[in-house]
Amino acid sequence: MEHRYIGKPLLRLEDRALLTGTAQFIDDIKLPGLLEAAFVRSPHPHALIRAVDFSPALALPGVHAVFGYDDLRRVLTSDMIPTDKTGGDRFPATTWPVVVPKDETCFAGEPIAIVVAESRYIAEDAVSLVEIDYEPLPAASDCRQAAAADAPKAHRAAPGNVVTEFSTAYGDVDSAFVAAEHVFSVALKQHRGGAHSIEGRGIVASYNGASGEFTVWSATQAPHKMRNGLMELFGLDEDGVRIIVPDVGGAFGGKNVVYPEDAIVTAAARLLGQPVKWVEDRREHFLAAIQERDQYWDLEIATDGEGRIAGIRGKIIHDQGAYTMLGLHTSHNCSIGIPGPYVVPHYRIDVAVVETNKVGAIPVRGAGYPEANFAMERMLDAVARGLKLDRAVLRQRNLIPAEQMPYEHPMKTREGTPTIYDSGDFPRCQAQALAGADYETFNERRVRAREQGRYLGIGIANMMKVTGRGPFESATVRVGRSGRITAFTGAMAMGQGTGTTLAQICAEHLGVSPEDVTVVTGDTSVTLHGLGGYGSRQTVTAGNSMDQAAREVREKAIKVAAHSLEVAEQDLELADGEVRVRGSDVAMPLSAIAKALSGAKGYSLPKDVTPWLQANVNFRPPDVTYANGCHVVEAEVDIGTGGVKILRYVIVNDSGKLINPLLAEGQIHGGTAHGIGNALFEWMGYDENAQPVVTNFAEYLLPTATEVPRFEVTHLEHESTLNPLGLRGIGEAGTVPAAAAVISAVENALESFGVQICEAPISPKRLVELILQAKQAH
Amino acid sequence: MKPPPFHYHDPQDLDGALDLLARLENAKVLAGGQSLMPMLNMRFALPDHVIDINAIESLAFVRESGSRLEIGAMTRQHDLERSAPLRRLCPLMVEALGQVGHRATRNRGTLGGSLCHLDPAAELPVVAAALDATIQVKSKQGGRSIAMADFPAFYMTPAIEPEELVTAIEFEPWPAGHGHAFIEFARRHGDFAIVAAAAMLELSPEGTISRASVTLGGVGTAPLRCHGIEEQLLGQHGSAALFREAAEANRGIDAMDDVHASTLYRQHLAAELTGRALATAFERAQERVPA
Amino acid sequence: MTDRRRIALTVNGLQRDGEVEGRLLLADFLRHHLGLTGTHLGCEHGVCGACTVLVDGQATRSCLMLAVQANGRSITTVEGLAPDGEASHPLQAAFHERHGLQCGFCTPGFLMTLVEFLEENPEPDEAAVREALSGNLCRCTGYQGIVDAALQASASLRETSGQ
Repeated sequence: MEHRYIGKPLLRLEDRALLTGTAQFIDDIKLPGLLEAAFVRSPHPHALIRAVDFSPALALPGVHAVFGYDDLRRVLTSDMIPTDKTGGDRFPATTWPVVVPKDETCFAGEPIAIVVAESRYIAEDAVSLVEIDYEPLPAASDCRQAAAADAPKAHRAAPGNVVTEFSTAYGDVDSAFVAAEHVFSVALKQHRGGAHSIEGRGIVASYNGASGEFTVWSATQAPHKMRNGLMELFGLDEDGVRIIVPDVGGAFGGKNVVYPEDAIVTAAARLLGQPVKWVEDRREHFLAAIQERDQYWDLEIATDGEGRIAGIRGKIIHDQGAYTMLGLHTSHNCSIGIPGPYVVPHYRIDVAVVETNKVGAIPVRGAGYPEANFAMERMLDAVARGLKLDRAVLRQRNLIPAEQMPYEHPMKTREGTPTIYDSGDFPRCQAQALAGADYETFNERRVRAREQGRYLGIGIANMMKVTGRGPFESATVRVGRSGRITAFTGAMAMGQGTGTTLAQICAEHLGVSPEDVTVVTGDTSVTLHGLGGYGSRQTVTAGNSMDQAAREVREKAIKVAAHSLEVAEQDLELADGEVRVRGSDVAMPLSAIAKALSGAKGYSLPKDVTPWLQANVNFRPPDVTYANGCHVVEAEVDIGTGGVKILRYVIVNDSGKLINPLLAEGQIHGGTAHGIGNALFEWMGYDENAQPVVTNFAEYLLPTATEVPRFEVTHLEHESTLNPLGLRGIGEAGTVPAAAAVISAVENALESFGVQICEAPISPKRLVELILQAKQAH
Repeated sequence: MKPPPFHYHDPQDLDGALDLLARLENAKVLAGGQSLMPMLNMRFALPDHVIDINAIESLAFVRESGSRLEIGAMTRQHDLERSAPLRRLCPLMVEALGQVGHRATRNRGTLGGSLCHLDPAAELPVVAAALDATIQVKSKQGGRSIAMADFPAFYMTPAIEPEELVTAIEFEPWPAGHGHAFIEFARRHGDFAIVAAAAMLELSPEGTISRASVTLGGVGTAPLRCHGIEEQLLGQHGSAALFREAAEANRGIDAMDDVHASTLYRQHLAAELTGRALATAFERAQERVPA
Repeated sequence: MTDRRRIALTVNGLQRDGEVEGRLLLADFLRHHLGLTGTHLGCEHGVCGACTVLVDGQATRSCLMLAVQANGRSITTVEGLAPDGEASHPLQAAFHERHGLQCGFCTPGFLMTLVEFLEENPEPDEAAVREALSGNLCRCTGYQGIVDAALQASASLRETSGQ
C-alpha cells in the first residue's frame, strides 16, 4: 500500500517554537511565589558527616529555608530513592541510592542539603555559608583496584565493593578453546563519559496543601517513572503526583532516573508550601548526573585457521559508582552485546560489578552496546592481524549469512527468552558500506598519502543493538468535538521529533495531515501509563500503538458514518477531516461523528459501537527488535602531534521501515557524533581518591562542528516481522559502532609502527606515547 | 553557577580607574570578561569589587609611533584581527589571533585581558614574548614599562601591583621581509593550545638567517623563549634538516605535567611544533624577500 | 552588597529598562527580567555558546557579560530574528528545512552566531561554516543539518540582497 505520510521525510512540527525562542523549557516555567534552590554538595568522595550548621546560611536575607536529612525525612516515607531492584535481591543494601545521606557521603557532589531562596544567586551565596563537619574516609576510585579484597570500601557498611558477579554463557566455551587452532587475547580499558545534554536536569515542584497533591514539572525522559517514584516517596497514589514535562533540551540517558535532587526539591516544596525550582548547572551535571564510565575487559577469541570464530570468553570489571541507580543494565548489555551480527558458537563472559566512590553509572546513549561492540571489533582486528587476513574479509566470513535469517542466536535476552534476529542482511550491509567508502581502492590512497609523509587508515565496525524494548507503550487517539485530533502517549519527546513521527502515523489513517494532529507527551494526568524514552524503543512501541489506535478510530468513524449516511462501510473513505462516500459529495465530518459518539442529541448510533471517538492501544511487541549497521571510517593521524582527522565517514544502517527518513538520518548523525566523542574526546577524569578532575566544558571535550565529519548515510530497510509497521529502532544505532570504527581506522593508520590500541577514548597524548613506545621497541 | 556578590564600578576614564584601584581592597579589573566572568560564575574568583574598564575608550587603539607599534590594552581581539596596521606589520599576532577562542569570545576579549590572565597556554602572551614587547602599566603614582620577559611573576599572575593597570603593549615590528608562523596543537579548534610555537625569521641578502625568534607556550607557567635555538640558527642556511635538528633541543626542556598532557608529550609537541613553525616561517621569509 | 543600578537598553528594537544588581548576568536579565527565555544557558562558563546574543550586532556570550554592561547597548535575541515572531528569517527557514535542530536548546545560540557570520561572510564554504560554528555545542544533530542550513541560508540571503 502506498503511504501518504509514513515513510516520508516530512519537516518537523516542533521546529517553529524552538526557532523563535517561544518553546518552554524547564527553566522558563514561571509560577507565583516560585523560589529557587541550590544544593550543598559533598566536597569529599567519601566522608562521615559529623555535624551540620545551617544557621549562618539561614541568616542571609532572601533565604527561605535550608533543609537537610532530618527536615526532609519528616515528609518522606523512606530514606531511599525508589529504584528498579530487579535481580538485586542479594545485593548489599548499601548499594541502593539514598535521598540524602544521613551520616556518610559516598561521592563528591552528593547532595547533603538544599537551600531555597528568592533567587539562584542568593541560594548559591547561602550554600557557601552552610557549615558541615566532615571526617574524610579512604575512597574507592579505580574499579579494578576497588575489586580487591583489601581495597577501601565505597560504603563503610558494605561487605566489600563487589556488588555482584554474574556470567553470560552458552555452549561449551572451554572445549571450543581447547580444540581451536588459534587463540588471541585482548585487554581493554573502556571509558564512556556523561550524557551532557546541553540543557541540564531540572525540576519545578509545587504542592497543593488543600488537596495534598503535587504538580511537578520535570525535564525527564521518563515521566511515569518519576511519578511512580515520587508518589511512593510521599505515600501517595497515582493521582497524588502529576508530572508535566515541558520541552526537553536533550537527555541521552542523563534524565532517565529519579534522582535525589528530584525528591529533595519536591520535599522542599511540601515543607515550604511554596513552589521550588532547581535547574542543574553544568558543574552539577559533571558531579552528580549519571555517567557510563569505566570498564576493564580481558578477552580471548578462538578461531579456526581461516579466522572463523570458535568461541569467545573473558571477564569484565564494571564501575558501578557509589549507588546502583538502574540495576545492571549497562554491565548486562555489555555481557550480551559482544557477538552482535557475528556467528559465535561458544561463549562465556564473567562480569564483576564493582562499587566506587563516584556518582552512579547507568546507561548513556548506547547503554553498554558501544563497549561490547568495541570489544568485539578490537578482537576481530586482532585476529586479522594475527592471521594476516583482510579485516573486511574476516568479518564477512563471520557475519551471519542472509540465508540463515531469521537467526536464532544461542544468546538469551535480558528476559531469558531466545534471541531471534528476525530480519536484516548483515553481509550486504557491510558490502554496501565498503563500496560506499571505496574500500577496495583505499590502499592506493594510503600509499599516495604516505609519499607525502601522511598516515591514513581505514576502520570497519558492524553493529547490532537491541531496540524496541517493551513490554508495551501507550497511545490514545482522540477526536474532539471540534474535529481536532489529539494523540496522547507515554512515549517521551526530548528532541528526536517524536511528535512529528507519531503525528505522521496517526494522520496516515485519519484522512488528515500531520499538522492536524496534536501529539501530547509528558503529562501523567492525561496519559496514566507509560514507560518513556530510552533504549531506541519509542517509535517501535508507541509508533505501533499509535498505528493501531488510529486504525481503530478510523474504523469507528466509518462505522458511525455508514450508519448515519446509510451506506456500506466499504464505500466510505477518510479525507480532509471527514468520512465521505467515495466519488461523491456526501460526507460526515469527524467533528459530527465525535459529537455523535460523545452523546450529543439528535444522532443515531449503531448498536454495537462504544462511546467516544477515541481509542487506546498499548502495543505489546512479542519480542525486542534489533537494528544493525556498518560504519567505515577513513582517518588521518598526524604522527607528530597525535591529532586525528576523520576524512570520510560512511554509514549503512538498517533500522527496518523508517517512518521519517529525514529524522532517522538526524538520529544517526547525532548518535554517531556522540560515539566519535567517546572515541577521541570525552573523558570524565577522577583522581586516585575519586575526586573528579574534569568539571567543565573546557576540560571535558564534546566534539564540535570542526571535529565531526560529514556523514554519508544509506539506509537499508529490512522490515521487522515483529510489529505491524516493520520498525527496528534507531536512537542509539549510530553511537554503538562509532568508537570501534574510528579507533580501528586510527590503529590502521599506525600499522607500520605496530601500534595497537586497547582503550577508548584515545587521546593525542596517548597516541604519541604509543608511537614512541613502538619505535623504541623496534 | 552565578557570580558572587560584589560592588560594581565602571570608571569612565583612566584616572577614575586608577583612583579606584588605589582605593579598593580585593578588587578585580573586568576587561573583556572572557576569563574573569567564568571565574566569577564558578566562584573561583571572589572579589569584593569589580572595576569594569570597558567604558574607557582611550585604552582601545592601534597606533604606529615612530618605529614602534602600540596597542591599547582594551583593544578587542576581533578588532586586532581586522586592524590594517597590525596585518601589515605583525602577521604573527594576526595568525595567533585566529586561534584564540572563537569569534564570539574574540568580539569581547581584549589583548590586555589575555596578557593579565596569563594562562600558560594562551596565544597572546606567547606573541608578546616572541616580539620582545614592553607592557605599559599605570597607577596613581605614575607609569612604568615592563619587559614581557619580566611580566609573568608566577602561575597565571603578572608582576604588577594591585593598584596598577596594564594600559598598552608596544613593540618594534620586524621588517617587512620577515617570515613568521604561529602553530599550535589544541584538542579542538579554538581550545587553548596544549603547546604553541611562534617563530619569526629574517634572512640576510645572502639567504642566511640573520635574526630569529622562537617562543613556546603551554610548556611552562609562562611563555618560553628558546634563545639557544635562536642562536643556533643565526648565520645558517635554512633547511628542513636544520630546523628539525634545532627543534630537537626542545625535547629536553622543562615542561608541565598534568592530567591533560604529560611532560613527555609536551616536550614532544614542543620539538615537533618548533620544527614546523620554523619551516613555515622560513618558507614565508623566502617568499617575501624580493628576488 | 546590594548596590543596584538602573539600566536602559534596546532589546530587539524596543526600549527596555530595569533595575539590576551589579552581578546579574545579561543572560539572566534577558530571561528572567524581560521574559525573553529564548536565550538559553548551557554551561555558564562561555564554552557551549547556547546563550549567544548580538550586542550592537556582535555575537556575544550573554553568560560572560553583566546586565549593567549592556546599559545603552542594542541587543538582539532569537526572539528578534524575524519581525513577525514567525520563523521567517532565512536562517530559521533553513534550519527547519535542513533538519538543523533536534531538541532545539542550543539552536538560538547557533542562529545568533550565524547571523553575524553570514553578514561578514556572505559566501562561505563548508569549512568556513564549520569553523564559525566551532564555538557552539550541539549534542543532538552531529552538526551536519546545521552546516547545511547555514550554507542554504547564505545562498538565500545572497539572493535577497542581490535583488
